[in-house]
Amino acid sequence: MCPALMPGSFCRPFGQCPSAERYGALMSEPLLQAVDLHCERDDRLLFQGLDIAIVPGTITRVEGPNGSGKTTLLRILAGLHDGYSGDILWRTQRRARCREEFLRNLLYIGHRPGVKSLLTPLENLRALMAGRQRHPDKNLRAALDGSGLGGFHDVPCQNLSAGQQRRVALARLLISDEPLWILDEAFTAIDFQGVGRLEQLLAQRVVNGGAVVLTTHHPLALSGMQRLQLGQAA
Amino acid sequence: MNVKVRPAITLAERTVSVPSAMIAVLRRDLQVSFRQSQDIFNPLLFFVMVVALFPLGVSPEVEFLRQAGSGILWVAALLATLLALDHLYRHDFDDGTLEQMMLQPQPLFLLVLAKTLAHWLVTGLPLVLLAPVLGVMVHLDGNSIGILCLTLLIGTPVLSLIGSIGAALTLGVRAGGILLSLLVIPLYIPVLIFGTGTVMAAAEGAPVGAYLALMGAFLALALTLAPFASAAALKISLSSS
Repeated sequence: MCPALMPGSFCRPFGQCPSAERYGALMSEPLLQAVDLHCERDDRLLFQGLDIAIVPGTITRVEGPNGSGKTTLLRILAGLHDGYSGDILWRTQRRARCREEFLRNLLYIGHRPGVKSLLTPLENLRALMAGRQRHPDKNLRAALDGSGLGGFHDVPCQNLSAGQQRRVALARLLISDEPLWILDEAFTAIDFQGVGRLEQLLAQRVVNGGAVVLTTHHPLALSGMQRLQLGQAA
Repeated sequence: MNVKVRPAITLAERTVSVPSAMIAVLRRDLQVSFRQSQDIFNPLLFFVMVVALFPLGVSPEVEFLRQAGSGILWVAALLATLLALDHLYRHDFDDGTLEQMMLQPQPLFLLVLAKTLAHWLVTGLPLVLLAPVLGVMVHLDGNSIGILCLTLLIGTPVLSLIGSIGAALTLGVRAGGILLSLLVIPLYIPVLIFGTGTVMAAAEGAPVGAYLALMGAFLALALTLAPFASAAALKISLSSS
């Protein structure tokens, strides 16, 4: 069991982590580290002294009651929120110094999935992938099929259900090559089978050495999942 | 599905170039705009209505219209641009597309520039194209109409660029529309003064080269500085949401 999350004790020998041997030297170091993270919102302390290390081959689940700062933490880790103190390191470098490399290797899906209701799923996926990787339409269509949107490729998203719209965003997971995924409530509005398939996808991903940070209210049955509990300060 | 994870990639392995990412943003925004055609026609209709109301409300005399025509057209174009400004980032902010744009590895200010260009193509350019017709309606002569269109062609991108800063700043504010107008209109005034000044000078037969050069300077200034300011404002707005 890889102790990727040890609040309060940041230093640990990397050799203890099984993924270190499995994925070689490149994969032995944490992808993303947060050191002494402190965040307040609206005069309320969300967390302080938080140390996180996201190591390849792990799933980190951020838990806590509503309003405990799960989304804020994920946005801070993704670089969307600046209202914090502490350091965030991307592969031992200050993140601000390697913004482009960090962003190239991050896939973030938030509460708002980034799907335009006037565009079709195919156009949406094409626009979402355009800044990251070149994919022929064949691959995009295959990803949409894999995400359960077969037959809906060319229907405007406003005619789709909330779950289907989210599946458009989740189709990115099937063709993304980014090693770090940050998924904020990614399972919202997804049906039972869909969640099962996503679990499989995540498990597969972790076996292959990807790192996942997520929040969800679904009970997830994944082995080797790290838990990070927020909300004790309140 | 078997997903292969490759090791964390470095800068050298970047796969998408900046221009193609910008074109992708431009293309998506144009696609969205053409499917939401009221966003294009609203400012255009507003432009025509305002210009058409002046002869009815003030005076239909040829002399008055010839003198005030360029000013009327410029003010109407300015207000029409302002009307469309709030849409620039609002929809993207609401559906999360803006977040995804912020997380693209390309420099944000260039993506913002592409977005502003798309906005100008659907809100500013139609005004320029429609201006000759309205110019005839307010009895401007041929030369003045030509100069008017030229000033609008140089001036409306400046309006869009300056407006993009205001739109980005007021994104996180509830009912940001009023604040947006208050922020942006003072910055529009120099463009308005020189825009109408050029047409007035042309009507009197004076040389307009210097006026046009100044308008060009406004455009160069806005083009080089506004995207940076908008990108910084977007980061602040998203960070506080």
